[in-house]
Amino acid sequence: MDASVDTHEQDLVARLRAGDQAAFAQLVAAHTPTMLRAARVYVSSHEVAEDVVQETWIALVKGIDRFEGRSTLRTWLFKVLVNIAKTRGVRDRTMMAAELAAAPYPDGATVDPARFRPSGDQWPRHWVAPPAAWPDTPEGSVLSAEMMDVTRRELDRLPERQRMVVTLRDVFGFDADEVCTLLSLTTANQRVLLHRGRARVRECLADYLAARS
Amino acid sequence: MDCQDLVELVTAYLEGELDESTRIRFETHLSGCEGCATYLDQIRATVRMLGSTPDETLDPAIQDRLLAAFQGWNRS
Repeated sequence: MDASVDTHEQDLVARLRAGDQAAFAQLVAAHTPTMLRAARVYVSSHEVAEDVVQETWIALVKGIDRFEGRSTLRTWLFKVLVNIAKTRGVRDRTMMAAELAAAPYPDGATVDPARFRPSGDQWPRHWVAPPAAWPDTPEGSVLSAEMMDVTRRELDRLPERQRMVVTLRDVFGFDADEVCTLLSLTTANQRVLLHRGRARVRECLADYLAARS
Repeated sequence: MDCQDLVELVTAYLEGELDESTRIRFETHLSGCEGCATYLDQIRATVRMLGSTPDETLDPAIQDRLLAAFQGWNRS
């Protein structure tokens, strides 16, 4: 974390400890939308997600004296959020193992094996045909809006852990280390989940475009 | 490296986590394979699209409630 971010954050933390409402308002505005999205992965409704977010802010204010600055405030917030969300949502520890094991296609493949040439072929394991090129989608175009809808919808349909990793990494720009810390994942696990989630969303977009044309 | 190998390495590649020799084989294959080049571009496009999905909006009423409650929570 560079020095300017660090100083700004130390300042915010100090102001929070002093009961500075403006500092709190700043933090709430900055982080709540992301927190709502993250909580929504674990709980069944927007209303419950709001409760989880509110409880997280309460925990922050009550715990601000104990915040030591070893991680960023954002990481701390999200760790607390995930813990609260988990106790509110239905959690099953075996889901993680099942999710890591599950892939859309045999042997952990993320692309349909039928898209590749079989072993007897002259070019085994090469594309039968290249994936169809995607049309240009100028910003503001109808197609662009449709693809955004498909992206959001398919993201929401991903298995929980894949959804969480893709949301944190690609929607909100958390880095890999932060996500591993937040979700208690190894680097390798995080990469597998990101890989599968992205591949699935790409596949759905490709299917949508194929059906549309 | 064949196409079925490459498509399973795209995420590691984009993360910069391939070792040097694998990265070279990856890029060599890519430069000669339209299918894989297209696939990688589509993964990149997918990531861009994910990055531009708008955030959940914060209900102003929730924000007001939080700020009002903050008055009661702070320990000054």
